[in-house]
Amino acid sequence: MGAEFRLLAATGMVGTGFPEESLRRGLDLKPDMIGVDAGSTDSGPTDLATGSCRYPEASYRRDLGLLLPAALGAGIPLVIGSAGGAGGDANVDWARTIVEDIARQKGLHFRLAVVYSGQDKHYLKRRLAEGRIQVLPSGPPIDEAVIDRSLVIVGMMGCEPIQAALRAGADVVLAGRSSDTSIFAALPLMRGAPAGPVWHAAKILECGAAAVEYRPSPDSMFATISDDAFVVEAPNPKLRCTPVSVAAHSLYENGDPFRIVEPAGTLDTTFARYDQVGDRAVRVTGSRFVEAERYTVKLEGAELAGYQTIVVAGIRDATVLEELDAYLDSCRANIEVRVKRTYPDLAPSQWSLNYRVYGRNGTMGALEPRKDAIGHEVGLIIEATAHDQEIANGIAAVARHQTLHEPVRRWAGLVSNIGLPYGSSDLVRGAVYHFNMHAVVQPDSPVEMFRHVILDL
Amino acid sequence: MVKLGDLARLIRSKNAGPFELTFDIMFETRESYEMVKKSGVINAQLFSGLYSTPIELVRVYEYDPAYAYKITIPRPIVSGSLGDSDVHGGQQFGPLVDLEVPIDGTSGVEEVSASAHAKT
Repeated sequence: MGAEFRLLAATGMVGTGFPEESLRRGLDLKPDMIGVDAGSTDSGPTDLATGSCRYPEASYRRDLGLLLPAALGAGIPLVIGSAGGAGGDANVDWARTIVEDIARQKGLHFRLAVVYSGQDKHYLKRRLAEGRIQVLPSGPPIDEAVIDRSLVIVGMMGCEPIQAALRAGADVVLAGRSSDTSIFAALPLMRGAPAGPVWHAAKILECGAAAVEYRPSPDSMFATISDDAFVVEAPNPKLRCTPVSVAAHSLYENGDPFRIVEPAGTLDTTFARYDQVGDRAVRVTGSRFVEAERYTVKLEGAELAGYQTIVVAGIRDATVLEELDAYLDSCRANIEVRVKRTYPDLAPSQWSLNYRVYGRNGTMGALEPRKDAIGHEVGLIIEATAHDQEIANGIAAVARHQTLHEPVRRWAGLVSNIGLPYGSSDLVRGAVYHFNMHAVVQPDSPVEMFRHVILDL
Repeated sequence: MVKLGDLARLIRSKNAGPFELTFDIMFETRESYEMVKKSGVINAQLFSGLYSTPIELVRVYEYDPAYAYKITIPRPIVSGSLGDSDVHGGQQFGPLVDLEVPIDGTSGVEEVSASAHAKT
């Protein structure tokens, strides 16, 4: 292509912030676009299921309030992917309201394209019947019932739906669930930049300044793509990229450090070379992008798992700690009797009780190799889950009361075995969810699962 | 014997999506990375045992550009599902820190111990 293509990543995630000075310095480097990721599955299924966002609205407003005028002032596109936390339609609409508010407040006028990634259940069932949905390794089986039970299903878009929005003249693209890299790859690929360096640079940029040697807090990142290479450097002069820090970023959150699968193909970094340029930049060569035989779109879905109430407690009595498993088993047996008494129609499959013991194996559960090592006290979470919130509350109350007063062999008479840090101790967690699919669809075209709306603000 | 936690500059675990758990073991220098490689102590069998995972589902990568190992396994419980205890998967690497690496900390590589197995 001859010319360079220059990309600015504002930060790793909208809502986690970045220094304003880094954005200014990034703009001084004359980027051709600004991109920013805005979502992830990392915090569990709730954001997808409910449209919630785990970052405060105020920080979303702060970040977008800087990025919108910055991009529009420079006359370059701003691409925001996986908007609103999970990229579901409700997440995207929440983020869209914020963008519209900022435009109004700051008197900004621009063309906004909102790209939705929510999936139609009839479409998915048809593709399933056609044998064009495949479960990925480690994924649960998928059938019509799974699709029906899902509260929300999103497709993870590649760069083509973002490109369609840009071709429609969008100054700002607010996209639903997107592969992190597509946010940054869409525009340079449209302009003819080479696929290998584009996808690899995009992979580095999607986490903002995460690929630097030492990053005290979220920050911006910049990449310059030329014919067969790219150079990556953080606008913040205090941050330094090294060959190892940039190479190491290929490890982060990927199952495979050499191959990163995208809808249109695979980024292969097996033969990538990382060379220091100056003190703070790294030049990467040898990145390849191998086109897939079939285009695939990954699905993410969430369904209701039940309703939950928890109790946080502590146990300090050495006589209980000495026989903790037997103690909790005995509590559980007595709780089952009491639950049956209170809710005679409740089937065993409609509720569950879980004890989490912090100070023993609260963090690793069954995988903890040192579960016999126990301190002078443990933290206990009593967790009741049921198909109905009122019943979950009731079971938590029964479980809390029984665990408090469960007889202990060493002592004669009524005992109180758990310390509760709060009165009115039972914390209602509300609906809880789980991810229910890890699969890909083979669409006829890269854009058929996504639709965009154009708004001239 | 040297503990892996004393040799590595970073040992971490993290989700690779909600359905997989991935471990990175990174070394400051090529020398310490090569020493651990030569010891053969990091392999699929080790992770199969530590994380109760069928050996054929453990993927082990040697990633030379960052002097690093990456190991990926299916998540024992899907992130955020009932019974999960670590939604981000960030605190599952503990047992690796105390892993004994059969090398002499001062004079380079010793004989590979009988307990070490070839990488699968």
